[in-house]
Amino acid sequence: MLVETDDALRTRAEFALGDAFLRKAVRFTVERLRTGKAESTAALGRWEEWRERGRHVRTHVIEHLDYYLEEFSGRLLDGGHHVHFAADAAEAAAIVTRIAREQRAKLVVKSKSMVSEELHLNQHLADAGIEALETDLGEWIVQLAQEMPSHLIIPAIHKNRHQVQALFEAEGHVPLSPETCTLAAHARRRLRERFAEADIGVTGCNFAIADTGSVVLFTNEGNGRMVTTLPKTHIVVMGMERILPTLADLELMANLLPRSATGQKITTYVNLLSGARGEGEVDGARELHVVILDNGRSAQLGHPDYQEILNCIRCGACLNVCPVYRQIGGHAYASVYSGPIGAVLTPLLSRDPRARELANASTLCGACTEACPVKIPLHDMLVHLRRDNAQRLPDSSLEKQGFALWSRVFSRPWLYRLALRVARLVERFVLRRSPRRRLPMLPAVEGWARYRSLPLLARKSFRERFEERSRKRP
Amino acid sequence: MPHVSLFVTCLADQLYPEVGLSTVRLLQKLGATVDFPEAQLCCGQPAFNSGHVPEARRVARGLVHAFADAEYVVTPSGSCASMLRHYYAELFAGEPELAESARALAAKTFELSQFIVGVLGVRDVGATFPHRVTYHASCHGSRLLGVKEEPLELLRHVRGLELAPLPRCEDCCGFGGVFSIKLAALSSAMVDEKIEHVLETGANFVVGTDMGCLMNIRGRLERRGQPVRVLHLAELLAGEAEP
Repeated sequence: MLVETDDALRTRAEFALGDAFLRKAVRFTVERLRTGKAESTAALGRWEEWRERGRHVRTHVIEHLDYYLEEFSGRLLDGGHHVHFAADAAEAAAIVTRIAREQRAKLVVKSKSMVSEELHLNQHLADAGIEALETDLGEWIVQLAQEMPSHLIIPAIHKNRHQVQALFEAEGHVPLSPETCTLAAHARRRLRERFAEADIGVTGCNFAIADTGSVVLFTNEGNGRMVTTLPKTHIVVMGMERILPTLADLELMANLLPRSATGQKITTYVNLLSGARGEGEVDGARELHVVILDNGRSAQLGHPDYQEILNCIRCGACLNVCPVYRQIGGHAYASVYSGPIGAVLTPLLSRDPRARELANASTLCGACTEACPVKIPLHDMLVHLRRDNAQRLPDSSLEKQGFALWSRVFSRPWLYRLALRVARLVERFVLRRSPRRRLPMLPAVEGWARYRSLPLLARKSFRERFEERSRKRP
Repeated sequence: MPHVSLFVTCLADQLYPEVGLSTVRLLQKLGATVDFPEAQLCCGQPAFNSGHVPEARRVARGLVHAFADAEYVVTPSGSCASMLRHYYAELFAGEPELAESARALAAKTFELSQFIVGVLGVRDVGATFPHRVTYHASCHGSRLLGVKEEPLELLRHVRGLELAPLPRCEDCCGFGGVFSIKLAALSSAMVDEKIEHVLETGANFVVGTDMGCLMNIRGRLERRGQPVRVLHLAELLAGEAEP
């Protein structure tokens, strides 16, 4: 079979494969995370029922998203807070930048938010002369390294502690040791100094509760609390699909999310923010803005193959079990979202045609689907995205012609038998004469044979041998 | 006794006829009668998984017709069985008559170990294999088809066989069909990790239920000069694996 290769993805993957530090660090951490998930879900028991409930609730929300979004934003507006709907990333970034400018902000502190990565918010703020500081430990590390997060939950999964030590020493101009507690203590000290100076705190949103107008954050480092309570303004950036109908539904998600993400029964902090500082209250931001982002999400609503992608609760469990992610880490996806969820979500949300080949970053092993706490059929979606990609290929493409030829041969037994005979002759007189059966004749043979010995066609096919056998024993 | 129509799979037909013959002998030994409908070629998965749906449908149509009269269809591949079970309804959604035949085919199609344990109710096929063996669980068979315990159950009943558990046995070997060619270096890194696990077990044989995965593992083992041998479950159970 002749197939065209996808150079950009392949090049990035091969670059990552050459990075022994990255591969070791990623493998070490995903192994810990998926083991933790397996243990904590087993301890909870009846995990399949929990998943089914999760799927049910998320599907219900997405099917009635307009209703719940109106309810959620209505609650916020009733409380005197600000709600902004942004059609795309540029609009959302502009909204946040405008608020920061209006407040004459000099420093914005952030807790971990993947949606803010989608907006490239830090760059937009920097362009406006406003400093954005990541206060999640992992996010701060990747910010110092001028990189992007390479995992939904563990942004600096690709870095080992020696690399972190070097980054911290360069930033703080102090000698440190590679012990994780020393490094964490250093980060805490450095970041604490900045919280009090900050004018604005920006957070993401794990869940937005429609009937109470609350924003829920699951965090482990406590920085989320500082970000939401110390600066006078709190801006939440959230994908439009983050909604849950009621506070009661949070119990379900509180069981699904931390277990699936890190194997924790519950995260160290669970913040429920129902509005800014009220009358007579002594802490909290004075002003609350919620920016609700579409950015390609609503286009999935009603799509028979892809709507369910909006059910995702961003736990990262699919990354932790993915055999592809395990080898190459997140940056090879060249996308905010990596791993199986990234391979599906990025082509759907992005207008960039280069994102489409991410659907090929999978063996379709189904580990992602099996790991998903809300049962999103990720591997089916990957197949459907490949279908969409194949439809866009010109008829003249090598891949399309190859499969057209293949389908002609494999739909006619006589032609199949003939082709098999011809293939055997080719193999006998051409392939077998080359050393170690390596011959870059066909791209297919070459790609396989560079790493593996090439299997040879049987001298007689099964159907020929079965016929002979039947003739001998009528 | 049940009558079985063998779906040998294109891979076994062209490259591994001995796997097909072992499957026939094993089924006959267990009392089934076996035929081989000659019109069968391929389930269409290579094209389907690459997104070429019309080409996949064209090939799959032939398979649906080939097994129209079969009582049971048994195949030595969890992957091909899962293609029929999981995707044929979708593949023929636009052709109601074929969709019905495809649904009927899916319902009567079994992966070999699934058929032996689930339909024949046999756990001990009477095989002897005095070696240290480890088992790789192929993704499509175990996840899409849900055949997880059956191969292990059959192996546990083989006389003399020492079953060494494969660490992370459910992890993909990196084959993925066209993936192994399109992203060859990545695929190779994946199969290398599988091989590390196989070597950890100290087993002399690695056994599985899918020739796609086994071809990949064998190809890499050979290239790396490792003496571990690769066998299909059918070969081991039919007692034809000795050199």
